[in-house]
Amino acid sequence: MTCRVAVIPCSGIGKALGSVSREVAYEVCENLRPDRTQLVALSKLVLGEQQARERVQNNAAVTIDGCKQMCAAKLVRHSGGTAVREIAVFEVFRRYKDLKPEGIAELNDAGKQLARALAGEIAAEIDEIAEGGTHA
Amino acid sequence: MPDLPQRKAGIVSCSGEELAEGTVARLAALKVLHELRPGNTVTICLPLFLAGGEGDRAFARFHPTITVDGCELRCAAHGTETYSGKPAASIVVKELAAVQGIGPIEGRRSLNDAGKRAVDVTAQRLSELVDQFVGKRDARGVAADLVVLQPTGAKVATCSCGSGVPAKTVLIDGKPVEGKE
Repeated sequence: MTCRVAVIPCSGIGKALGSVSREVAYEVCENLRPDRTQLVALSKLVLGEQQARERVQNNAAVTIDGCKQMCAAKLVRHSGGTAVREIAVFEVFRRYKDLKPEGIAELNDAGKQLARALAGEIAAEIDEIAEGGTHA
Repeated sequence: MPDLPQRKAGIVSCSGEELAEGTVARLAALKVLHELRPGNTVTICLPLFLAGGEGDRAFARFHPTITVDGCELRCAAHGTETYSGKPAASIVVKELAAVQGIGPIEGRRSLNDAGKRAVDVTAQRLSELVDQFVGKRDARGVAADLVVLQPTGAKVATCSCGSGVPAKTVLIDGKPVEGKE
């Protein structure tokens, strides 16, 4: 069975940081590491959908949360998985203070740059996870 | 007349990261919240029903809530009913788009033209439901068929029943009185 890292963004609807988390997940799963990752919709974990639960239980998981509520990280634990990396966009933003994200439906350029920068960091970590055989 | 808080409709969208229809649901909800009915609507992130506190879980018991889902799994509708309260109405983008002859919807990261049309149609349907539940307002946010009521000093307090219904302070005959909406 091929293991792919499960990537779970929060997609928070109330803040631009939630939109950044969603954009990061797309950048990683569609562009940077499509062969090593699988995107898991957080809503499915709320629903308790079996396939989504198995994905986070049987694969290494990386969660990307916009705010301090850390919904994605909590939902992975609630679903029986263990996130090997819990990323908080609001903490990453402290390292990229010139990239202030704005806009929820449509991220501004700074928000998209922040997303690409974080996606690059996560892609490198996914390589380590995949090559090191780290599993949840 | 006492200065009472206004009633608002809740909108809960699925996150739907895996499907283009999930992106439609999210963008339609945001369009209603920010452009079409900004004074009449509030939202909450769906996962907060599990990851948040009792106050978050009281959301659908407090607001007439409309859920909008991308697909037939209806994560937002089922999640809201399970953890908060029965939604007043539910919309499924795939079903609405099929009825309207819109499709195929593609591009979960950047919607195609069909997806953008689906956003408009879904947002319009959401707005109609908001008007149905809390009344209609004009473009300035002024109520057309209900009394304008403004919240004052809103704060979250938890009732002994655990409902987490936000408490409000109202002025009655010039005196502040704390009550529930």
